[in-house]
Amino acid sequence: MTAAPSSSFRFAVNVTPKAGILDPQGRAVEQSLPHLGVAGVSAIRVGRRVELTVEAADAAAARSVAERLAGELLSNPLIEQFAVEELGGASSLVGGPAR
Amino acid sequence: MTRIGVVIFPGSNGDDDALHAIALVGAEPVALWHESASLDGVGAVILPGGFAYGDYLRAGVIARFSPVMRAVAAFAADGGLVLGICNGFQVLAEARLVPGALLRNRGLRFLGRDVSVVPERLDTPFTRALASRGPLRLPVAHGEGCYYADEATLDQLERDGQVLFRYVAAEGGRAEPGDERANPNGSLRAIAGVLNAAGNVAGLMPHPERAAEAVLGNDDGLAIIRSLVEAAGRRAADAGPVLVGTSR
Repeated sequence: MTAAPSSSFRFAVNVTPKAGILDPQGRAVEQSLPHLGVAGVSAIRVGRRVELTVEAADAAAARSVAERLAGELLSNPLIEQFAVEELGGASSLVGGPAR
Repeated sequence: MTRIGVVIFPGSNGDDDALHAIALVGAEPVALWHESASLDGVGAVILPGGFAYGDYLRAGVIARFSPVMRAVAAFAADGGLVLGICNGFQVLAEARLVPGALLRNRGLRFLGRDVSVVPERLDTPFTRALASRGPLRLPVAHGEGCYYADEATLDQLERDGQVLFRYVAAEGGRAEPGDERANPNGSLRAIAGVLNAAGNVAGLMPHPERAAEAVLGNDDGLAIIRSLVEAAGRRAADAGPVLVGTSR
């Protein structure tokens, strides 16, 4: 079996708590602001960013893999939302382009 | 003898106590490794506390995709009894085998202390051996135990009797909103444990297996383990001798 020609695509999946979901981490960060002497900053929400390289025939196929992982594994749809962002173009660089 | 399985994930730490508690009520404890695709014919399964796969990414999520959890999901779909304790509850929630999700504790800290909970029902496979609906003192040890579901789901859980345990004040009174002594993690509706719709899968944050021997100061949790063992025994008897001890 010969593999179809493929390229590497680098994505970032940004996961954040859904609006209205309690985010104690965000609240803890917010509570620290007075200690820094910072005022006027609010609505801090802490999420996570996951970067990954996907091998696929084209960008659309690669993105669909990233979207599936984002929805099934990297986020919990009950409490979190996600956005998939492509980092640079197709690349054969392991680990993706330097940022 | 009824055989009860305890799943061991990398990072589980309540497995030995669960295995011990099963033996205390006269059943045969069976350790089930996370890479096993078989449940070895056990009559019920406990997912123990701990930090499965380090709780990396989200508590319980990596464990959800382990081979043993495929077997647990199939077992549950077939009516098999599954009890998730603490991290096991988080695994069940991530696997959508019980409703809702467990968020970080509202009070910004890991909790390790005793709490009071009351069973909402005594007619379930997990509570039938409890003597009354009076409060139980059980230990909690978690950083992410704040039960969350949307309002519509919470209403549905209440209506359908899927709330299994609720945090209460030490003397048994209702946990008022914001009372962190009573509702330690800020769980919505003070929910400490839930059932799935079919009533054969339960998750709870407190640790009944860590309060299972009077000599250690507290055996309030033993009746929960006994309930599970007895229900598993009844289920095996109802299914006939063919199923006892066979691999499914």
